[in-house]
Amino acid sequence: MSEAPKKKPAWKTARNKELRKDLKRVESHTQEAKEAAKKTEMLLLEEQGFLEAENEMEATHKVTQEEIKASVDISTKKKAYDLKLPDFGPYDINFTRTGRKLLIGGRKGHVAAFDWREGRLQFELNLNETVRAVQWLHNDQYFAVAQKRNVFIYDHQGSEVHRLKQQIEMTNLDFLPYHYLLVSSGLTSMLFYQDVSIGKQVAAFKTRLGPTTSQCQNPYNAIMNLGHSNGTVTMWSPNVDEPLVKMLAHRGPVNDVSVDRSGRYLATAGSDSSVKVWDIRNTYKEVLRLPRTKVAPQTVNWSDSNLLSVGHGNTITVWKDVQSAPRPKQPYMQHNMHPDWKVSSAQFVPFEDILGVGHSEGFSSLIIPGAGEANFDALEVNPYQTRHQRREEEVRTLLQKLQPEMITMDPEDIGRIAMDKDRRRKTAREQMEEITEPNKKRAQESDDDMPELQPHLADEETAVSKELQKKKKKGVVDERQMRLEQLQERERRMRENKKRRLEEGYVEEYVSPAISRFQQRQ
Amino acid sequence: MKIKTISRSTDAYLADRASETSRQPRNLDSALHPFERAREYTKALNATKLERMFAKPFVGQLGRGHIDGVYTIALNPRMLNAAASGSADGVIKYWDLTSQEETYSVQAHENIVRGLTVTPEGRLLSCASDKTVKLWDMKNKNPDPKQVYLGDRGFNCIDHQRGPDTSKFATGCGKVQLWDTTRSKPLSSLSWGADTITSLKFSPSEHAVFASTGSDRALTLYDIRTNSPINKLVTSMNNNAISWNPQVPFMFCAANEDHNVYLYDMRNLSACTSFLQDHVAAVMDVDYSPTGREIVTASYDKTIRIFNVRERFSRDIYHTKRMQRVFSAKFTLDNKYILSGSDDGNVRLWRAKASEKAGVRSSRERASREYTDALKERYRHMPEVRSIARHRHVPSAIKNAREIKGIERKALKRRQDNERKHNKNLPDIHLKQQHIVGVAIKDDKKIEEWKRIQEEKKQHKESVEGGWKNV
Repeated sequence: MSEAPKKKPAWKTARNKELRKDLKRVESHTQEAKEAAKKTEMLLLEEQGFLEAENEMEATHKVTQEEIKASVDISTKKKAYDLKLPDFGPYDINFTRTGRKLLIGGRKGHVAAFDWREGRLQFELNLNETVRAVQWLHNDQYFAVAQKRNVFIYDHQGSEVHRLKQQIEMTNLDFLPYHYLLVSSGLTSMLFYQDVSIGKQVAAFKTRLGPTTSQCQNPYNAIMNLGHSNGTVTMWSPNVDEPLVKMLAHRGPVNDVSVDRSGRYLATAGSDSSVKVWDIRNTYKEVLRLPRTKVAPQTVNWSDSNLLSVGHGNTITVWKDVQSAPRPKQPYMQHNMHPDWKVSSAQFVPFEDILGVGHSEGFSSLIIPGAGEANFDALEVNPYQTRHQRREEEVRTLLQKLQPEMITMDPEDIGRIAMDKDRRRKTAREQMEEITEPNKKRAQESDDDMPELQPHLADEETAVSKELQKKKKKGVVDERQMRLEQLQERERRMRENKKRRLEEGYVEEYVSPAISRFQQRQ
Repeated sequence: MKIKTISRSTDAYLADRASETSRQPRNLDSALHPFERAREYTKALNATKLERMFAKPFVGQLGRGHIDGVYTIALNPRMLNAAASGSADGVIKYWDLTSQEETYSVQAHENIVRGLTVTPEGRLLSCASDKTVKLWDMKNKNPDPKQVYLGDRGFNCIDHQRGPDTSKFATGCGKVQLWDTTRSKPLSSLSWGADTITSLKFSPSEHAVFASTGSDRALTLYDIRTNSPINKLVTSMNNNAISWNPQVPFMFCAANEDHNVYLYDMRNLSACTSFLQDHVAAVMDVDYSPTGREIVTASYDKTIRIFNVRERFSRDIYHTKRMQRVFSAKFTLDNKYILSGSDDGNVRLWRAKASEKAGVRSSRERASREYTDALKERYRHMPEVRSIARHRHVPSAIKNAREIKGIERKALKRRQDNERKHNKNLPDIHLKQQHIVGVAIKDDKKIEEWKRIQEEKKQHKESVEGGWKNV
């Protein structure tokens, strides 16, 4: 086997001597920095959590919360708790980026924030109005609530600060912390980007795909992933008025979407009771799908260490190593709550081994060993931030706020030299076209020029048979005739299947009208 | 079953007392630091904006300046904070740059002080149009010169040889004269063509070599070991000043009347190594920074420009409403300030880097500055960063002149291109050679060799022709 010749780096081939020298210097600096960064790994203070079976007889998914609580230290044990709030549920929850504060919003108007580690209530509000979503903004001083008609912004004491007039009937809220953008979507098929630092609406798009059922940000490139009621998932940037990527993920509304920290994988939960993991860096194809659940999954969430939690009915299932096929045979952990507690939202707490779950009867937090990032960077997000540090950080991040124009599929594009089109790295849309165009072409080739299959008619009466008859009369066998014969064969098989099923007394099961249109036609 | 969860001790991360700083652990995992490029770019953009906001290049003028125009400035090579200036009314002033006050002032000459230089002992040599060179002792503040050297014509320039234990200096008038401070008569005089020498400069590292400019549009190099000129370069327009690169001994630059500064390698004068263009009038003075990486120019268009030697266009332009034609500009020896002398009689002190803060910096501030400088360097080609970094307010006269110059240059180029299209014999002269009229080497051996070859050729031709005749 011969290897392809390696391309020489620019610092060796650049024609200008001075430029070559400069590039070489930069190259050596980069190498030094890489090595130095590698060396800092041994300075990390904390260790990741884990849950491991010691022998073949044990299985991690059989471990209950009670057993975990019994074997962890007292401070961790305290972190698993339930808030029983039966009157105002189901609850939407949100943790701050530091993981310190918890915000819960009950559908019937109950909003409260806690310092959950200390068990201290920050404020409690009753809005007497439907609350659809809650979202902290850049720190624990401000948060947004999607209410019955508008989105409102409140401060840390729960006083109303703003009403976002244009954002009507929103059901999903998300915040891009580096861009200071509050992103909302909802029942109206609109998508809004609101810059909360200057109070300006940066972009508003019509998705033209009906109500947006779910929404999440890609933490790697700040692209918004929207799940729609027709089963498509679309990706949006505030700079383009149409989706950058559009893919059909489910047969039925997409209940929840989530992108992992590295921005490589998208997990989607559909009303068709399936959870799928998609590669959203290169192929935009399904990597694997989890076993179907009895109840359609409502939530799906990635943790910082790439555990995937799925909430369906009263059950939370956590999967490990799902980024690539083959899929794991058993879940990593599973927890059944009280049968009446239906999961409505879930979120892994940043830098903790905790999963927060909002459900119809309040809030629960579960211990998921190995879920969190153990070593935080205090200069980036600091869970032990003092008030002074928080203020400093606010000023610093505002000064270094990223412009919405910088949101691209590949965040490394900034500062890169624009090559001519052939040498340039392909955009997501171009990649998508490359993937889909040949498929479309093939699809057209296969069936468009052929008569429609009619298995409900008698064998001699179908269009396929009639055309075949004519062909046979001519006595010339060509490619079309062979394809027609194949179709006729298919038609006969379909007819027989139908007959057999009818004989077996098969009655078609009831499917709700929303989903029925995705059913495969017989 | 093995179970472990993250369990941090709050005490480990929080400061015990308000006076203590809390622990700030780092994790350089790139997943924790998203949008690296975008954030660095934003920082670079902000740093560039701040740099322009804090750009206050003018420090102040020295004392109350001179009464007449300042035509020459000299720095004391052994002190960081001392400079001398000479004006058209014959007054010489010696300045303390720290206090920006004059320490010594004398009515030295009866006419324009044309040249100043400081000797290694720290004395000042001045030359003027009144046909005298005078040696001054600044330490004792003596109002009378220590020594007077008489010439037969008004002097235009003077420079002292660098290096240890030397007392030689050179002056330029009709010819170049070599002097010794201990003798009243010149040691020797050198001339090669020019009827007037306008400026001369000794090389700071190759002590025996110096260069001069003359009214015959020539740049001439001399070697005082052989006591003769070495070679010469004739340009299309006059040169006004010379400066040697203090770090690279064979490099020097010349300020030309054609608004450009040309950089030369003295080993090969057939082309300049590069040229600097941005001025819209003759360049009157030029000076290398002590690092050899930057060049300051003083121009007749009433501005000072600073160039990076590796770039063709200036990095910065300094001007004030009151500053008239600038005749002299010098980098101070710590590379931090620039001195300029202009027709309005003021000696001005500028920062070499317009936004640089003077004084001691804390290590944190230094680290932050280094970081932002690296970012600015990395993103300097981005359109927004570049336009902010490059934008300068210039006087309308200069802006207009620049536009007109651009049009003229384009027209000239168009004309040359058209001519070339229709005439295959037109030579295609490289941009770096266009200003050069000719180069000459003064090498007696070579001249004799050349003569011998010519003689041989002649003889050969004759013999061949003779042979034909015989046939």
